[in-house]
Order: sequence, then C-alpha cells, then structure tokens
Amino acid sequence: MRYARAAIFLPLIALIVVLLGYGVAHQHGSRTLDRALSEGRRPAAPAFRLPRLGAQGVARAADWRGQVVVVNFWASWCTPCRDESPLLERWQKRLSGQGATVVGVDTEDVASDALGFAHKMRLTYPLLRDRDGEAAREFGVTGYPETVVLDRRGRVAAVKRGPVDDAFMVEQVAPLLGEAT
Amino acid sequence: MIRALALAFAVLLLGAPAAAAAACPRTSVADLEDEVMCPVCGESLAVARESPLAARERALIQRLVRRCESKQQIKDELVAQFGPSVLALPPRRGFAASAYLVPLLGGVAAIAATALLLRRWRRRAPAPAAAQRPPTAAERRRLEAELDRLR
Repeated sequence: MRYARAAIFLPLIALIVVLLGYGVAHQHGSRTLDRALSEGRRPAAPAFRLPRLGAQGVARAADWRGQVVVVNFWASWCTPCRDESPLLERWQKRLSGQGATVVGVDTEDVASDALGFAHKMRLTYPLLRDRDGEAAREFGVTGYPETVVLDRRGRVAAVKRGPVDDAFMVEQVAPLLGEAT
Repeated sequence: MIRALALAFAVLLLGAPAAAAAACPRTSVADLEDEVMCPVCGESLAVARESPLAARERALIQRLVRRCESKQQIKDELVAQFGPSVLALPPRRGFAASAYLVPLLGGVAAIAATALLLRRWRRRAPAPAAAQRPPTAAERRRLEAELDRLR
C-alpha cells in the first residue's frame, strides 16, 4: 500500500522539482553585468550567435574578437532608438578605422520594419537579428535601446541602459581604443 | 447547343473570382489577437493596446490577412518573426508539451489517490457479515423472555 502510494507521488514530485529547476536555470540575472562593472571587473561577454539582418549567414561575437565592439540593442518600433541611431552611425565612421565597430542587434521586431528603419537611417554598421530577444536577455537587456561595450578581449567594459550620447562614447568607448588585445 | 456552352463558360468565368473573393479573407486580426502574444508586453495582443510593438504586430497580421493567408500561415509567419514564444498557447512538442502533460499527470495522480483512499476507507468499515451472524442461545432466550413479557 505504502509502496503503491510512493510509486504514484514520487515521480510527480520529481517532475515538479525538474520543472522548477528548469525555470530557475532559465532565469538570467538581469543586472549581473552591471554589478560586475560596479565592482571594477570586466566579465566575459555572452557568446552570441545571431543571423544577419537582411543578409545571409550568421555572426558570432568571436567574429569581432580583437576589436572594440559597441553592441547596440534596438527595435524599429522604439522611438529613442530612432533618436540615437544617427549618433551611432556617426561614431561608426569614426571607429571603423581604429579597430572598433558598432554592431546593431534588432530585437523582437518585424524584420521588414527593421530593414526599412536601417535603410531610412542609412545605417552602415553590421546589423544582426535577435528575433525572440534571447541574446538581449543574455546581456541583461530589459528595455530598448541598451548598449554594451566590449573591449578587445571580448569582455564587457561598459553598459548603457537607455540611449547613448556623445559623453558616454567619449568616456567609455574612446579609452578602450588604446588598449592592447 | 453552342449558346448553352457559351452560357456555361460565362458563368464559370464570372463565378471563379466571386468564389475566390468569398474565400478571402480567411481570418481576421480580431480572430488572431487572443491567440498570439505581444512579445515585449508579456500579454496577449488582444490586451496590449498601448505598446508600439503591438501596433506593428497588428499591422503585420493585417497585411497577411489582406494577402489571404490562413490563420495557421499567419501564426507560422509570426513565429518566424518573433520565435515560438509569440504563441499564446505553447506548442505540443518538446519541453513546452509539459504545459499539457503536467495537468494531465496531476489529474491521473488525483484519481489514483482518490482510488487509494476509497480502498482504505472500505477496509476500515465494519464487516457486514459480523452484524448478520445468527443470535446465540443466550440471546435467543433473552429475546423470548422479552417477547413473553410484552405479551
């Protein structure tokens, strides 16, 4: 009798524990990067692998290893993203000759809308597509736009929650250009 | 004869676009709204009214409806655009199937537990055979005495 009851309830309890474990494992610390940066550390950047927006193939974080990378998470429906994109394009022109680049990650967006946005804003920097926001969550992104700056060793050197401005680029990105790989 | 054939041909010619028009649109934004999510809002598209993404999503659905795509085709396109989490109901395969499986297992476990409890209660109840045993000689004598007293 006792064994029969255990045979029914134990698998059920095990299933609930597995489901809870899965849920906890898939919760990302949304501010883990911020905490590390505030402690003066540069954590390794999540290794993303995303399809290119409006082009064939995928891009990996490792493709830009050795460069300073300004990863900008944006969406065509996000008004502040529209406001900051001319500044990012201007900085792309300045950075591209110095072993650095802006990488735009279009997140949770309609692909045709995103392409229309990129065309209208005349964006020349590499654009990737994060359709379900998985890469954005890996970076702790909770809103748009947000920008994560990677140093030449692929570590997170700075994070901007909200639109970037010239002051951020001068203070957080420019000093990284002089660092060795 | 030729006139009849020409008439039939004309009816077919006029009828075909009308039939096609009757089949299109095959669904509507309103029909899909409660079955898909607004990804950044965390709620169904039917509820998400203010979000700019919800407006874009509705516009996309509207475009697909105008192209006469079916409900399933539109859902497939939304999944291609936003991933499987755009569907309000989880898919019936992979890990997401646990959303259907767990309540089912819970139901089975509840039925099994009820059956076990009922079995235990039935065992605890007094055996009816004991209540129906024949009276002993002493009981019979006492019964007769009581009946005599009443007579």
